[in-house]
Amino acid sequence: MARVVVDVMLKPEILDPQGQAVQRALPRLGFEGIADVRQGKRFELEVEGPVDDAALARVHELAEKFLANTVIEDFTVRIEETEQTEEAAAA
Amino acid sequence: MTTRIGVVTFPGSLDDQDALRAVRLAGGEPVSLWHRDKDLHQVDAVVLPGGFSYGDYLRCGAIARFSPVMETVIEQARAGMPVLGICNGFQVLCESHLLPGALTRNDHLHFICRDQTLRVENATTAWTTDYSQGQEITVPLKNGEGGYVADWRTLDALEAEGRVVFRYVGTNPNGSRRDIAGISNEAGNVVGLMPHPEHAVETLTGPTTDGLGFFTSALKTLVDAR
Repeated sequence: MARVVVDVMLKPEILDPQGQAVQRALPRLGFEGIADVRQGKRFELEVEGPVDDAALARVHELAEKFLANTVIEDFTVRIEETEQTEEAAAA
Repeated sequence: MTTRIGVVTFPGSLDDQDALRAVRLAGGEPVSLWHRDKDLHQVDAVVLPGGFSYGDYLRCGAIARFSPVMETVIEQARAGMPVLGICNGFQVLCESHLLPGALTRNDHLHFICRDQTLRVENATTAWTTDYSQGQEITVPLKNGEGGYVADWRTLDALEAEGRVVFRYVGTNPNGSRRDIAGISNEAGNVVGLMPHPEHAVETLTGPTTDGLGFFTSALKTLVDAR
């Protein structure tokens, strides 16, 4: 099993009122100097079998079709190195 | 022969019974449709009701868009069947790409519930022929993610083609671009809006009966098409 991470963020031009609400709360909590906050979503997919180009292409397709609404959101797909996969690589 | 208008119930739909009642009060035959059933049971039109389909997980309407019933609704909508999406139903129509753009979190972050005045900008769609252009109607509005967004090119195209069907009058309740409350597809058979006409069909329970026109419009459109 390998982990593939899909990060989904609102496009820069789309207003993110949740991020703004978080940003506005920061000075009240004593955290100064944060000019902007944007809030997104992270999906962790445990993929069976090897994560080769074909598997990554399928994750890309599912992210584009389902996990992100590409009208308002951008997404990135990456393989996350976990201890387990490192062990497997070493063995 | 009575005209059959189907109302889809997804897990989490809240306003399906109100929509069925609105169809009956308008003089149509209401038909309950189930999200897992591909069959539309010979209905002449479909209403996607308000609520929180599949818990609104992922994004509002994103999971409902891939339900078995929507496969058939999308196919029939493209073939010209009248489809009305109200609130969560509007979100489902945008996620289905039957309507352009998307609905995002209200700009002030609060869930809002109030009687809302709308201006009818297009009285020629399948769901608005019983109104007149420029007419103002008041129906309830209740949503947390009702901000309509699309890129400027899409917005300009919607305006130029008369596909902005309803606009908010007075204060914009959710930050919708250009005060847009509802839009249609190019053919005018698919309409989506955030406010709730199905809650304004009886004076006992609604602020007005202004919402009834949606359902009588569709019934007349369908009779005329026969």
